[in-house]
This record gives sequence, structure tokens and C-alpha cells, in this order.
Amino acid sequence: MKPAPFEYVAARSADDVVAALADGRTEVLAGGQSLVLEMNYRTRRPARLVDINRVPGFDTVEAIGDTVRIGPLVRHQAFESGAVPGQLGALLHRVVRHIAHPPIRTRGTMLGSLAYAHPAAEWPAVITALGAELDLVGAGGRRTVAAGDFFLAPFRTARRPDELLAEVRLPVLPAGTVIGFAEHRRTHASFAQLAVIAAVTLADGRVSSASIGLVNAADRPVRARAAEAALLGRPLDDPAVAAAARAAAEQDADPGPQPYTDLAYQRHTVAVLTRRALDQARTEG
Amino acid sequence: MTALRTTLTVNGRPYDLDVEPRRTLADALREDCGLTGTHLGCEHGVCGACTVLVDGQAVRSCLLFAVQCTDAEIRTVEGLADGAEHPLQTAFSAEHALQCGFCTPGFLMLAVGALEKDPGVVRDAERLRELLTSNLCRCTGYEAIRRAVVAAAGDRPAGED
Repeated sequence: MKPAPFEYVAARSADDVVAALADGRTEVLAGGQSLVLEMNYRTRRPARLVDINRVPGFDTVEAIGDTVRIGPLVRHQAFESGAVPGQLGALLHRVVRHIAHPPIRTRGTMLGSLAYAHPAAEWPAVITALGAELDLVGAGGRRTVAAGDFFLAPFRTARRPDELLAEVRLPVLPAGTVIGFAEHRRTHASFAQLAVIAAVTLADGRVSSASIGLVNAADRPVRARAAEAALLGRPLDDPAVAAAARAAAEQDADPGPQPYTDLAYQRHTVAVLTRRALDQARTEG
Repeated sequence: MTALRTTLTVNGRPYDLDVEPRRTLADALREDCGLTGTHLGCEHGVCGACTVLVDGQAVRSCLLFAVQCTDAEIRTVEGLADGAEHPLQTAFSAEHALQCGFCTPGFLMLAVGALEKDPGVVRDAERLRELLTSNLCRCTGYEAIRRAVVAAAGDRPAGED
């Protein structure tokens, strides 16, 4: 359980990182809480690592207008200590407590989790639900990818091997938005079997917009468009919540084989968690 | 593979090492610095036996490479007792918060890090519970460990409930 040999480069700037990645056999070392684990298992044997932990400015969270920009070295822990204000910050705070445990959250990063694309990870579904944008930087320049186009399959994203995931931009949640998060796992320390993220904006007592995301309910994070549509224009009451839960389970979820569970159980759980997330949103805000 | 010259500062003392990049901090502490108080259990970040403080933060030393820790202040269980036992060590003993002791260095460093950052963690039952779920103990259960951390925070004398 020791990593295979590799070369090590400590980057001091974004240019250093891009230059190191250009050879196509180098991986980014950010928090390392999944990468080093896999290297210890030798399920990953990168020829070279470029360490971004000493790049100034990479740990920045910045609110600009109605967008929050998150840099590649912002650790999970930042979202526990109020790095992001407002309801968006409250949603991220509610979610982050479900990610691993405190000593992992002091090292692991949000962008590392996005680039890793573990099927049971919470952040990919959060950014998919919120319609975030991601910036990738490589030798060929900078490009922007919508969260909905970034995740391709478990552990597969639109990031090319020579690109750094340089930034994610999350939209601030508008006034009148209530939030909820519900997760199911077998034990406190297990990966999520399923989880649901909800951000619902109310105007004059009716739903004016909704963002609902499903974790581990398909081969990639799901934006639950059918569930969202079931809420639009209606008060956030029991019938609307029930309709959204049913739509999420029957139309949005596309579960595959999982250990310890069958497809019917997964769909049922999506319905239960959607209801719980929406109930939390309307009771706790 | 070429070894890199790396200076680790552990419990205030510098160690000049030549380590391969793949040397984890845990292995460097144990094999190169001779500080075997830090234990290695699962080597994939789950058990927490290898928890040490790096710049005041509790981290898994099995998921960090030694070459990443140049310039960092590392603290291990060997640095806790300063002439006399650290209050947490006294409390762990008084509360019988260990049996075989394998997990104890990790729990001590986890708790030291948390108490130094915010002693108030012991007054929030949910947060304290969440903190202690970070590490695994296979002998005692966690209640004695919880009591020891509360006692060490100075909220009540060790040995009383």
C-alpha cells in the first residue's frame, strides 16, 4: 500500500501548472484526499505530479456581482467557515458537513472533487443543479464548460489530461430562495447512496424558479428538470412537493446497478429524499 | 527515482531528509525521523491512526507526501508531553479512553488540533460527536474518548461524570 514512484513538481504559478500538464502524463495534486488514496492502492500510477498547494491566489473565493468564483485550492473546510455569504453559502454549508470528516475537509478541495467526479460526491450535483460554469486552462488556452456538460460518466469529465480545472463560478441564489439537502447512506462514514439538493425561489408565495440536483441517481450528476417543472408556478405545498418527488424518481433519476440495493429501491429513495429536501427548504428556509 | 532534499520541522526540531517524492509524511515520520508514535492503520485516510498536525490542522499523514511539508510546522504525539503529560494524555488515562492504544496517538492529535482551534467544540454535542467520528477505535467504543476530550477542555475534572 505504497505509491509507485513518480516525479514531483511544486508549481509556483498557474503557468507552471499548465506547463507541467502539457506532457499529458502529469496529474494535478491539490488536496490529494482521493488521488493519494488511489496512489496508495496503486489504482493510479501517475508518472508525475504537479503540486498546486503553493500557488498564490489559488485558494481564493471571490464574489463578483451575482457570481461566486472558487479557485482550485479552496478546501472543503472553507465552506464550513462562511467563505461564501448568503443563501448560496448556507446551501454549501449544509452540504459540506456530509463530505468525509473534518481532517479530510481540511485538505480536500471542491475543485478536486469536481475533477475527480466520484459518482457519490455531493459537489458535482450541487454545481449541476445550480447551473455553474467551469473554466479549464491548458496549453491551448482557456475555455468555459457548463456544469451540465462537464460530467460524462463516473470518474470521467470533459477536462483533457493537459488541462487544469482553474475555476468554478456559482450563481448567487436570488432573494426569496429556500434551500434543502437530504442524503441517504448506510453508515455515517459511508459514501452517499443517494442525495438530493434543492434551491427553490418563491415570489408571491409561488415557485418562480427551482434547482434540484440528484447525487448518484444516474451515471452522472442529474439536474432534475421534471421535478423542477412540477414545482413551477405552484405554492410549495404538500401536493407540489409530492408531484416533484414523483417526477424526480420516475423521470429524472436513471439509476444503475449498485451494491446493496436494487433499481426500485433507488427510485423510491430518490422520491423520499426529494420530499425531505423540499420539506427542509420550506420549514427551515 | 531521485530522492529530494527535504527539511521537516517536527515538534520544533528540524530533520534533514533525502526522501523520494512518493514517501508519505507518515512513513517519513516513522522510518526517517524515527518517530514511531504516529501509527499507520488503513493507509487510505479512513482510520485516522496517522493523524498529525500540520500548521495547526489535523491531517491524515498517509495522504500527504513528505516533500509537500517543507516549511510546515508538524506536530506529532511525541511533542505533546512537555516535561509533564499534556492534559489530554492525563484525561485519556483517567477516563480509560484507550485499551490497546493503537488509535490513541491519532485521537490525541485530532483532539489537540480541535481544542486549540476552538475549545467550545466540547460544548456542542453534535460537533464533538462529528469530530470524533473522524477516527476509528476498535477496543473501547467512543464514549470514554468523548469524556476525556471534554475533561481535557477543562469543563470538568477527569474521572468525574
